[in-house]
Amino acid sequence: MIQFSVTDRYDISAGRSFMTNLLSLVAGLFMIGLVFLFLGVNPFYALFKIFSGSFGSFYGFKETLTKAIPLILIGSGLTLAFRAKFWNIGAEGQLLMGAIFASWTSLFLGDHLPSYIMVPLMFLAGFTGGALWGIIPAILKIRFSINEVISTLMLNYICADFLTMLIVGPWKGSTRFGFPGTDNFPDSAILGLIPGSRIHYATFILSILCAVILCIVIYKTRFGYEARVVGENPDAGRYAGIDFLKTTLILMIISGGLAGLAGVGEVAGIHHYLGYPAAVSSGYGFTAIIVAWLAKLNPLLTLVSGIFFAGILVGGDAVQISLGLPAATVGIVNGILLICLIMGDYFLKNKITLTIAKP
Amino acid sequence: MEDMIVSTLERAMVAGTPLLLATTGEVVCERSGILNLGVEGVMAMGAVVAFIVTMTTGNPWLGVLCAVGVGMAISILHAFTAISLQANQVVSGLALTMLGLGISGMMGKPYVGKPLLVKMEDLTLPFLSDIPYLGKILFAQSPFFYLAILLALAAWFLLEKTRLGIQIRSTGENPKATETQGIPVARIKYLCVLIGGGFSALAGAHLSISYSKSWIEGMTAGRGWIAIALTIFALWNPGRAIGAAFLFGFVFVVQYLLQPLGISPNFLSMLPYVATLIILLFISFKDPRRLNAPAMLGEPYKRGER
Repeated sequence: MIQFSVTDRYDISAGRSFMTNLLSLVAGLFMIGLVFLFLGVNPFYALFKIFSGSFGSFYGFKETLTKAIPLILIGSGLTLAFRAKFWNIGAEGQLLMGAIFASWTSLFLGDHLPSYIMVPLMFLAGFTGGALWGIIPAILKIRFSINEVISTLMLNYICADFLTMLIVGPWKGSTRFGFPGTDNFPDSAILGLIPGSRIHYATFILSILCAVILCIVIYKTRFGYEARVVGENPDAGRYAGIDFLKTTLILMIISGGLAGLAGVGEVAGIHHYLGYPAAVSSGYGFTAIIVAWLAKLNPLLTLVSGIFFAGILVGGDAVQISLGLPAATVGIVNGILLICLIMGDYFLKNKITLTIAKP
Repeated sequence: MEDMIVSTLERAMVAGTPLLLATTGEVVCERSGILNLGVEGVMAMGAVVAFIVTMTTGNPWLGVLCAVGVGMAISILHAFTAISLQANQVVSGLALTMLGLGISGMMGKPYVGKPLLVKMEDLTLPFLSDIPYLGKILFAQSPFFYLAILLALAAWFLLEKTRLGIQIRSTGENPKATETQGIPVARIKYLCVLIGGGFSALAGAHLSISYSKSWIEGMTAGRGWIAIALTIFALWNPGRAIGAAFLFGFVFVVQYLLQPLGISPNFLSMLPYVATLIILLFISFKDPRRLNAPAMLGEPYKRGER
């Protein structure tokens, strides 16, 4: 007779947490391998391609760092929101709103302002755009108890439609030969790159700074403490007189604003014009959810998990080209890894003992 | 003018059908206390499976059957993490949506843009369809339409009038007390998640083999999320879901009515999403005690805990 007994585990060490995550990822990769096998693709070759495409070459690694910028920015902001159990699924829309605000700034002011004023102004505009789009679900939740998962998702769709409306309508560029999209940004509004790469360094530095600062905010400040109480024990929070509206507003200004900054990086650092929503962001807002989760909601760790998932995005592109797999492959990889991570959490929180009793 | 009103309402019924199916499923699921945010992904899976099976076998009903089977099968993932592993239901549901959208996109890649030659034929009911106006709107629809209404009524009957229904509802309200009555709480929750998954997949099947008769990635276009909002709007009552879903079907159709007036189509396509926020706002002014939300919705239940 084999018997399982499940008991709560109270001593969760950092090492155990790391090992559980690592094993979950390995289990996830194994399952992804099975999916590849099912699709008639050699799983070892496909997985090798994914990681050699992103981490195996200097070129690939530069691309990985480029894609890690929005993931770290958004992911670190999401750790703060998720700590307060505010399920912000709307980072994609907040990113697009940031991109829209930045595009407006550069297209209508860029010709008249020098770069050293233009670039900070664009970041400010992008942050404001993302933050405004993030405040809406916060107010809807606290004042009208509207579920934030639904409201943030609806706002994603609304923002994507709004952006499309702009680029096929009033903002349509005269240099696009009738195709949707704005004109190219003026030179003063284009972010500098690290030579030989597509890494826009201003945003790159910003993303690292944000991860570090947010870590201090969450663990060392009164606001961070209040945000955690709101998430972990709202009743105690209410009793202690925490202002839920204020706390939620601030954390969504930060979370939405950082997604907005990611939007600035994409349009001003990579594309240099505002195009279709799917071109502006390749689902960064959703991938960042897993980045935050893998980082165990610790902003500093999003530096690692962000680069890891950026690698999967880049490697995903590589297998799409070399093995002819569709773009949706990345969705499968993300979904499986996320499921494995939450399954792993079970083994972290519970101690399972196996006893084999002799009959 | 009369023709336009009749055809608009007729199309509102068609557009409301997948919403009703998915909402009914989510109501049953949430009544047992499990929040399933995987609707959008399971719907996409249902759509792609129904399309592929119908195309290769030429039998749309076989397509529907396979879609429902696959929808239930993939929902087991959410049931397992949410019920057996007591994981966070928001994150688990999101993972299911990502997975469903991913797998459907990959499976459907070779079928993008291919027209479906055999489709689900409309079912014109004798005599009833001859009623002026109403006949055309209500009784000359696809089988999915009748199925959706019958299933919603059946779900209402199940939840409100049967013993199992009481067990489902009390599981969502107070699993601890329910368990002490000797009712298998986990098994009931599993059952409800599977029912919800089957309904979502059925909604997807309607989209691909009856509504648009084609497959493109992302064709569910947020309908799964709207269904989750409609669950709240319907106050977790499948009977009310009927009205809610067709009201939203009308919102989906109204954009095509307004297009000739020169309003930007991209502006109009925001309508369903804006309307979703508006109805949620509307519902929030109601007394929360009369909302009927299952008390333990989304709360993990661990057996034998305090």
